[in-house]
Amino acid sequence: MKPIKTLESTTLVLPESSIDTDQIIPARFLTTTERSGLGRAAFADWRFDEAGAERADCVLNSAAARSAEVLVGGDNFGCGSSREHAVWALMDFGVRAVVSCRLADIFRANALKNGLLAIEVDTDTHRWLLEHPGARVTLDVSAGTLTTETGPECSFALDPFARNCLLEGVDALGWLLARTPEIEAWETQRREAA
Amino acid sequence: MSRTLFDKIWDAHCVQPATAEAPAVLYIDLHLVHEVTSPQAFAELDRRGLKVRCPERTVATLDHSIPTLPADAQGQRRFATEEAWQQVHQLEENCARHGVELHGWDSPHRGIVHVIGPELGITQPGMTIVCGDSHTATHGAFGALAFGIGTTEVGHVLATQCLLQQRPKTLRVTIDGQRPPGVTAKDLVLQTIARLGAGGATGHVIEFAGQAIRELDMEGRMTVCNMAIEAGARAGMIAPDEITLDWLRGRPHCPQGVAFERAARAWLALASDPGAHYDREVRFDAAEFAPTVTWGTRPDMAIAIDQPVPPPRDADAERALAYMNIASGRPLLGHKVDVVFVGSCTNSRISDLRAAAAQLRGKRIAEGVRMLVVPGSEPVRRQAEAEGLDRVFLAAGAEWREPGCSMCIAMNGDMVAPGQTAISTSNRNFEGRQGRGARTLLASPATAAASAVAGCISDPRRTDPSLGWNAQVPSPRTMEARA
Repeated sequence: MKPIKTLESTTLVLPESSIDTDQIIPARFLTTTERSGLGRAAFADWRFDEAGAERADCVLNSAAARSAEVLVGGDNFGCGSSREHAVWALMDFGVRAVVSCRLADIFRANALKNGLLAIEVDTDTHRWLLEHPGARVTLDVSAGTLTTETGPECSFALDPFARNCLLEGVDALGWLLARTPEIEAWETQRREAA
Repeated sequence: MSRTLFDKIWDAHCVQPATAEAPAVLYIDLHLVHEVTSPQAFAELDRRGLKVRCPERTVATLDHSIPTLPADAQGQRRFATEEAWQQVHQLEENCARHGVELHGWDSPHRGIVHVIGPELGITQPGMTIVCGDSHTATHGAFGALAFGIGTTEVGHVLATQCLLQQRPKTLRVTIDGQRPPGVTAKDLVLQTIARLGAGGATGHVIEFAGQAIRELDMEGRMTVCNMAIEAGARAGMIAPDEITLDWLRGRPHCPQGVAFERAARAWLALASDPGAHYDREVRFDAAEFAPTVTWGTRPDMAIAIDQPVPPPRDADAERALAYMNIASGRPLLGHKVDVVFVGSCTNSRISDLRAAAAQLRGKRIAEGVRMLVVPGSEPVRRQAEAEGLDRVFLAAGAEWREPGCSMCIAMNGDMVAPGQTAISTSNRNFEGRQGRGARTLLASPATAAASAVAGCISDPRRTDPSLGWNAQVPSPRTMEARA
């Protein structure tokens, strides 16, 4: 996992609430056995018409959107299916952080395990971000702060393990594998208690 | 100290409690695997030279992307794409290489992952169960802690049988009172989601309780827990009781005889202690519930079937109404449907098929309507055929398929055409969920089947033979309005 310490970028704003993972990547793209190359499928039904042509009226197709690394989504972003393909698609599309006032649990867990910084901010900051698409923001992972050039700043919570994984690129599976003695001891203890 | 059902299961599976540096290490008793969310996880194991740690705790099936039409005379099945076939083939190979039991094409138990776990008796009270699928909460109906995970976590469980987990909060949803006649488990859960909101239970595990829940059979309880995720919940669960035990007794992988009775005592003791603390509590009265249908593009956009669609209160609702081509201010009754889908991990069990068949017996579906009935598993298919339900569906003009997720996720070629309206017993009405441009109304099997006959949204109480033909059953709120 690529470490991420600070991120300075303009924002791409998708104000709709409850943007579900079927929007982020429609199910027909899930037959892949790979993690890579899914950027083309990100928001495919929003970005492309039925003939496969880019929709000029879709904000995701603007040059500004393509250069933004911070996606600000409406409330309950990432709800629905557990498909991690949603995270892989966003990252391949160029998104490195997702900000909302509320993120769906599984989406957030998937994001943080892939080095996609997924954070929740207070509703006032969230509203400001929604009202100022393209604003330049700075996310500081170790300080846990979001700052804007002309607007509010706020702190965001990250569990210490996720923060460390993001900062150091720690491999969570490696960490779990290192717990093997404890897991074996626990299994033995349970077997004997039964 | 008084503990909840959730607390008891969590505590019993904590290999290491959370520390200042790391979340808890939670042991997983049962890992269910399917073709769509597992290939990248197996690839990660291969990359690191790891084996599946506990193949005996891992069970796989084919369900999401497989065709539901039978094989042809040469035994060939027509997959939606070459890639879909490749993905299924990959799972077969991964399972063979790692010694994981796979309920593949030849298995008499094959079916939707959340249908076969309970059928096999591998889903048991008190267990921790995960799957790379958000509807894993279905298994919570048995008093298990069951939740969906992403593919990276699928890899963690394959390799270590454990997950790093933050302890979720608890929410008790109590549904008091009796369900009015003609109101099903699906209606209970749609009403609950409408009241909680699509993200209302985020960060929480829901325990469903109260008379209306206790009176549900196991299949109804599975329908309720299945949709906990649609309110954002991490999991849904119901305390085991005699109904649970009756369902499990004699299942292939359950303890048998004396061992079962010993296990049963431990299972009953899982129920939340009196006075146990929940982080949140809500209470509803089942008497207020009626057959329910969704009108929008989120599962919480749901109303009683005879109530008017509410005026849009925000831009999301406006967008949803426009997408659905539905006008606010009048009920959905009479709204034309093109496609009817009975199936999915929410409503594809035998009782669901019986409820649909009861509406269809001796009738034909309306001209121009396409109806697909997809059993949840091979055992459900066989049981339905033994009861002659398949003939009821076929005689009515519906298609009778082989088990799979089918039109719920529309990955396998079973899909709704752009602009068409479907009434579906599945769990998600998101834009494009059942096919690009498809419009989905979620409802119970009875409502879906009644609507198939009418060709438009129809109140199943008026045509439910068990309620009396042409029953006039106004919803409680309508009665209030009249009084």
